[in-house]
Amino acid sequence: MSKPIRAPKISSLADLFAIAYGIEADAVERYELLAGQMETHNNPELVAVFRDLCRAEAIHRDEIRRLAGDIDVVAHAQRVAKWGRGDSPEEADLAAAHYLMTPWHALQLALAGEKRALDFFRSVVETAKDPDIKKMAEEFVEEEAEHVNLVHRLLRKFPPPSGSWSSDLDPPVAQE
Amino acid sequence: MSSVDAGLACKPADYKSDIKPIWCPGCGDYHVLMSFTRAFAELGLPPEEIVVVSGIGCSSRIPAYTNCYGFHGVHGRSLALAAGLKVTRPELTVVVASGDGDGYSIGGNHFLHACRRNIDMTYVVMDNRVYGMTKGQPSPTTEPDFDTALSPGGTGLRPFHPLVIALASGANFIARCFSGEPNETASILVEAIQHPGFSFVEILSPCVTFRPDEKEWKNLVHPAPVAATSDPGKAARRIMTDDGFNIGVLYRGDRKPYAPAIGSASVELTELEKDFEL
Repeated sequence: MSKPIRAPKISSLADLFAIAYGIEADAVERYELLAGQMETHNNPELVAVFRDLCRAEAIHRDEIRRLAGDIDVVAHAQRVAKWGRGDSPEEADLAAAHYLMTPWHALQLALAGEKRALDFFRSVVETAKDPDIKKMAEEFVEEEAEHVNLVHRLLRKFPPPSGSWSSDLDPPVAQE
Repeated sequence: MSSVDAGLACKPADYKSDIKPIWCPGCGDYHVLMSFTRAFAELGLPPEEIVVVSGIGCSSRIPAYTNCYGFHGVHGRSLALAAGLKVTRPELTVVVASGDGDGYSIGGNHFLHACRRNIDMTYVVMDNRVYGMTKGQPSPTTEPDFDTALSPGGTGLRPFHPLVIALASGANFIARCFSGEPNETASILVEAIQHPGFSFVEILSPCVTFRPDEKEWKNLVHPAPVAATSDPGKAARRIMTDDGFNIGVLYRGDRKPYAPAIGSASVELTELEKDFEL
């Protein structure tokens, strides 16, 4: 099924801040979950990568909370940051996880998430009628574009793995 | 169990326990757990008013990962446990979690009679068409040509059709979900829990380890083309003729739930002990 994300409606600046906060908070939670999975499956290199991504998203989340000032983004996000079909934009695809995945795979997931967030805020800029919402969304676009660039830079350190990255000499069971 | 302050709305995270799931990375059951916690938060139920009951298998680990009351029971007997619990403690919200092996094979007979009894509870079966915990044997919903070292040439057996069996047996609410759509699944779980009587929700939840082909499911699922019906005849026809990937609520019945009159709940412990004296 094609999975168009049904974005929550933004009627005020508070909605925008809450949704932006929710996007980052969801990403934190997702990376923490993936780090836990990799810990369980003894892939320490990936634990470190996902924990780093988690920390980076936590910084973004807290920054949005600071920017929002008096708006209670935590409570408001619970009400308005609701995404139809699928996950919120920056949540890494859980189904793509593999116990032998490499940092390159993890960063591909991160890149896809940042791009989805960038597209979302771009669409807000394009459709917002309220100049304050538009202006703030433009700032979020800049921020997300920076994140996309950052992941691209990180990817230079981690080239794609060889085609046999998922081969396991002691697989869970021989199916062939 | 940590209690949540009264008056504060619960967040999905409030329903998660501190136990880290040990499912394989990529397993659909992570999403199902997420759907559970989102649904519970949406319903606004305190964790201590929910009981998650399960049998045996990968999917049946779910009670441990929630912060609600839980009962990780014996293989295939989750519905029997849950039925007893709901009848004696009707004020609790009872959600039963199972898999295709636990629910349709070992617990197949309980499934039929739970549908027939129509006790007000929700039965969630995470169907991955394989016994994952025991390393990849065919289950009742496995395709006949699933050819592996454990089933050379495939079983050649017609797969079990849980939705139509649930309908024929009297389930009052029937839905199919896909684990990769946790928000949609959560919404359907909310509806299933709120619907009176026995609600059956099948969740297609890929096993990436023993059925890597199921990763393709995300491209196969699609919303059911018509809204749910309350006509069992229509529902049967639709379910029997769909491609197995129609997602959504497929049947909403209006049978009265089974709720027997029970004795006083305020029996003293000493009185109960007398009943068990040898």
